Amino acid sequence: MSLDLSPRPGAATPTAMVRSQASMELRLLSRNGEQLLLTLVIPLLLLVASTRAGSVVDLGDGRTIDIVTPGVLALAVLSTSFTSLAIATGFERRYGVLKRLGASPLPRWGLLAGKVTAIAAVEVVQLSVLVVVAQLLGWQPTGGPGAYAWLLVLAVVGTAAFGALGLLIAGTLRAEATLAVANLVYVLLLVGGGLLVPLSRHPDAVAAVLQLLPSAALGEGLRDAFATGSPGLLPLLVLTVWAVGAGLLTARCFRWE
Amino acid sequence: MQVRDLVMRYGTTTAVDGLSLEVPEGSITAVLGPNGAGKTTTIETCEGFRPPQSGSVRVLGLDPRVDAVRLRPRVGVMLQSGGAWTGSRATEMLRHMASLHAHPLDPEALADRLGLASCGRTPYRRLSGGQQQRLSLAMAVVGRPELVFLDEPTAGLDPQARRATWELLAELRGAGVTVVLTTHFMDEAEQLSDLVHVVDAGAVIASGSPAELTASGARGTIRFTAPAGVDVVALMDALPHDTKVEEVEAGRYVLTGEVDPRLLAALTRWCADHDVLTESVLVERQSLEDRFLDLTGRTLR
Repeated sequence: MSLDLSPRPGAATPTAMVRSQASMELRLLSRNGEQLLLTLVIPLLLLVASTRAGSVVDLGDGRTIDIVTPGVLALAVLSTSFTSLAIATGFERRYGVLKRLGASPLPRWGLLAGKVTAIAAVEVVQLSVLVVVAQLLGWQPTGGPGAYAWLLVLAVVGTAAFGALGLLIAGTLRAEATLAVANLVYVLLLVGGGLLVPLSRHPDAVAAVLQLLPSAALGEGLRDAFATGSPGLLPLLVLTVWAVGAGLLTARCFRWE
Repeated sequence: MQVRDLVMRYGTTTAVDGLSLEVPEGSITAVLGPNGAGKTTTIETCEGFRPPQSGSVRVLGLDPRVDAVRLRPRVGVMLQSGGAWTGSRATEMLRHMASLHAHPLDPEALADRLGLASCGRTPYRRLSGGQQQRLSLAMAVVGRPELVFLDEPTAGLDPQARRATWELLAELRGAGVTVVLTTHFMDEAEQLSDLVHVVDAGAVIASGSPAELTASGARGTIRFTAPAGVDVVALMDALPHDTKVEEVEAGRYVLTGEVDPRLLAALTRWCADHDVLTESVLVERQSLEDRFLDLTGRTLR
């Protein structure tokens, strides 16, 4: 079959480009076993473990599953919007994918839109699975239906904050360093960032500092939302400040190759 | 496409030092030079990856940075390496690039054409170097661009794949596409391109068609064998002024000079007149490689 090579240039429509980019990113994500581990297996294990954790770690008054579930949902958001995104983007930069796409008709905002769409799709699956499994394990949130709306809001603002931080690391460090830092930060925030362990379990002075971290804001916000029906103002404010600050810094510092 | 007085520095190293070149529309133009000559930096500046630090670059009459949005659909780019997700499959990657364009080539047909059909489902990281190169070439042309930049398109290819690449490039030119390629393969520049710019130490040191480059200042050689003891001084008297003949060993002669058909005729006529039977006559034209080495020096650096 002969090919008609005569020039007929033109960019596809923005919608078509973003759709293609997002589905490509999703397929690559779904093919990656480590991603699956990070995004689903670890949070699920934590949920299951939490049903027996009460005797090991004292998380405070109330049933362990009710305290742990919002933290696990926060962890799921962190793993996808921060760790996964940073590692994937770091290697895209290293292997010249960002450079190559930079020479294609796909605009930079289109690249970002593709990533955001893929992250959103993964988070919808993650959060749905985790909410259902948690309920099967006996989770009984007392915050009413409004809490699920707050889950959506906090997931969006949290993704913005952690996504911007992930891109900042990926766009400034080498791919190997990004891999190390993204995993290290994940573990540190998981253990000591107020993500899973309620702030009330920390000394006051420590809690006062921790509550300004995006991890504590997301974890505490979700715990309060599912317990009382509202996350309160502080978590939303903290996440917004992190999102804007890291976003601006990323826009300034991100190097494409 | 036009580059004028381009200067690019990285730290204290000057990669490109006042380089100027032109690329005629619809031609295949080769930028030929040793490693580190500034080829890739020049091409990548034309592709808009970095702004010129000094001098100017126009591509299809536009500024590669300012008019990037208008230029990108019209220009195909093949990077020297990488450019694909390591986990993406060959045809999947090509289909994705195609989907970013309005009127792309059929990705399957193009993959087939470049011998990639058999590895269509293979992840990029498992493709051989040559397959990765061909995929990268396919990604550059799938959007039906007016102009393609190819950075060492045949590095690491086996001879068959190299032929297939050359054929595709010649076909692109035939279809009206302007092709700019960098290479350090002389035969590639010689056989494929209409125009060659020889680049060394960040500047163009010679430009012209392959024929012009090899002809200019080219002193050819004729080697012939004949009975020992031919009177080379008498022979030289019969030949143009700057021609030298030497009997390098008994019966083996080397003639150097402006080798053209008249010189060859004059040589054989003199032999006939003097009853000298030449057993073999070998005309050695200077190749682009000789010319390149003359221009850029023969030592490793």
